[in-house]
Amino acid sequence: MTNTRMEKHSFLYQFESFISKNQKLLLILLAAFLCLLPKSVNNQYFLTVIVKMAVYAMFGLGLNILTGYTGLVSLGHAGFVAIGAYTASLCAVKLGLSFFPSMLLGMVAAGLVGILLGLPTLRLTGTYLSIVTLGFGEIIKMIAMNWSPVTNGTLGVKNIPKPAVFGMKLTIANHGLYYLVMIILIVCTVFCLVLVKSKTGRALQAIKGDELASVMMGINVTYYKILAFVLSACICAAAGALYATLIGYVDPNTFNFDVSTLILSIVILGGMGTIRGMFLGAAILIALPEVSRFLMVYRFVLYGVILVVMMRFRPQGILGWKSQLPYKLSRQVVERLKTAETEEAGDNG
Amino acid sequence: MADNAYLSVKGITKRFGGIVAVEQVSFEINKGEVVSIIGPNGAGKTTVFNMLTGVYQVDEGTIVFNGEEIQNKKPKHIVMAGMSRTFQNIRLFQDMRVIENVLIGAHIKTSYSFLDSTFRTARYRKEEDEKVLQAIELLKSVGLEHRKDDYASNLPYGDQRKLEIARAIATGAGLLLLDEPAAGMNPKESEELMLFIRSLKQKGYTVLLIEHDMSVVMNISDRIYVIDHGKPIAHGLPVEIANNERVIEAYLGGVHKDAEDN
Repeated sequence: MTNTRMEKHSFLYQFESFISKNQKLLLILLAAFLCLLPKSVNNQYFLTVIVKMAVYAMFGLGLNILTGYTGLVSLGHAGFVAIGAYTASLCAVKLGLSFFPSMLLGMVAAGLVGILLGLPTLRLTGTYLSIVTLGFGEIIKMIAMNWSPVTNGTLGVKNIPKPAVFGMKLTIANHGLYYLVMIILIVCTVFCLVLVKSKTGRALQAIKGDELASVMMGINVTYYKILAFVLSACICAAAGALYATLIGYVDPNTFNFDVSTLILSIVILGGMGTIRGMFLGAAILIALPEVSRFLMVYRFVLYGVILVVMMRFRPQGILGWKSQLPYKLSRQVVERLKTAETEEAGDNG
Repeated sequence: MADNAYLSVKGITKRFGGIVAVEQVSFEINKGEVVSIIGPNGAGKTTVFNMLTGVYQVDEGTIVFNGEEIQNKKPKHIVMAGMSRTFQNIRLFQDMRVIENVLIGAHIKTSYSFLDSTFRTARYRKEEDEKVLQAIELLKSVGLEHRKDDYASNLPYGDQRKLEIARAIATGAGLLLLDEPAAGMNPKESEELMLFIRSLKQKGYTVLLIEHDMSVVMNISDRIYVIDHGKPIAHGLPVEIANNERVIEAYLGGVHKDAEDN
């Protein structure tokens, strides 16, 4: 009991309860900020960096489902990003499909490959799984490089059209692309939030916590591991499709091993198994090379130092705390508990 | 009795390569009984549990539970049939809250689909609320309601054991397999545990127990089966077992020696 009381005075508890009390207000402020941001800065370079952060936050959200919740570390997520980006770009360039169907096809393709990668790796965990996924990332890169008739080989796909809504092209210059990316990012975030608080999310976390115990609770571990692969792949593919239209071209080297490690670093730096962490992780790791340009090549040293220091002093990630607030009950549950309590009191009286 | 037993195990055998871990073990449990399996370390008790719950394949023999043959069925199937277990070394989901642990126990009874939860349909909300209320009710009944928001790893040892049992109950099981629930408990805690298992019996649960703590076993068991080196050596009422020479030789003798050492 004393323990719980002490926790109530902790900074974390105060902070979290402040946020949860003012949740609506803070969300409105955030939405207003995001809406007004492009109008107020109106700087293409700055907006491009912000959009890149949002796309990488989506990569993080995708990998987080697999690594953060299910505990399966993937070193090849650039592969899923590449599948999404290539499929969507090729559909748009060669078949002339518009952006949204192309993106959906990219997600479907990545999801199917997710099943294919998930099935043989079911028995693998830890380092062994990481090595297989590492190989997967390289295989996708090799396919993109050598399947020339479709992927155009090392030359890549050029002139990827910008998404269009009602005939209006969405670009960074007219802020359309910014809003599109933000909307998709919000959809992904809500999807993840909803996922976590459902039996699916609990099953994934249970598998991470203790696989044998999960099996003994009747959880179909095979199904949920593959589901985690598929969801993770789909989110990364959607973000990949956005990324491709953002930069306008893709080639096999756009999605190399560095991208995989960057995505994993976002997840680890921000805080594995949290959603908030993905935004901070992406913001830091994407902003870092931009703000430290004056350091020239040494900026990669800074990048390394940050990760090492973080692993030493805060291995759970910057925002990787466990919530100190009570488990959130729905309004109906709270009401029914209250009526039950008064009835009990009445019975005793 | 043989045909209407709740759980009827006939001649199950498990071999690991050349080693026979469990050989021709048979036992029966009727509804509402507390039955213990005892035996020295390495006798094969946990192997029996692992066969019952589908972790290991059964090489020979049959397991009939609630009128259905369940040997070599998938763990999920067995849990759904109404048998659930705890572990010798506590295996809670440590990073999750107490109530979430119970909700995971209720996983197989939660039937809303992935789409229901993604779009937060009425079906999802109704069922999730129901399961949360049931989880709170269950925690209340085991005396852990005040800790429902805590993370499982922050609970004291005795409460972790209780939570593990609560999680097993949440699956809707009628038969609870408890693997050394009193391990590592002090006398006061095992006393509490004994009362707790008795209360489970009163609520109509059937309990199969593996236990080393003789005071617990002798006090709460209706019947006891003894195995040694994977083979059944005796079974009967607690009094009979306590006076059985073969058992004393194989097992209880060791306990007396331990007691002297302490």
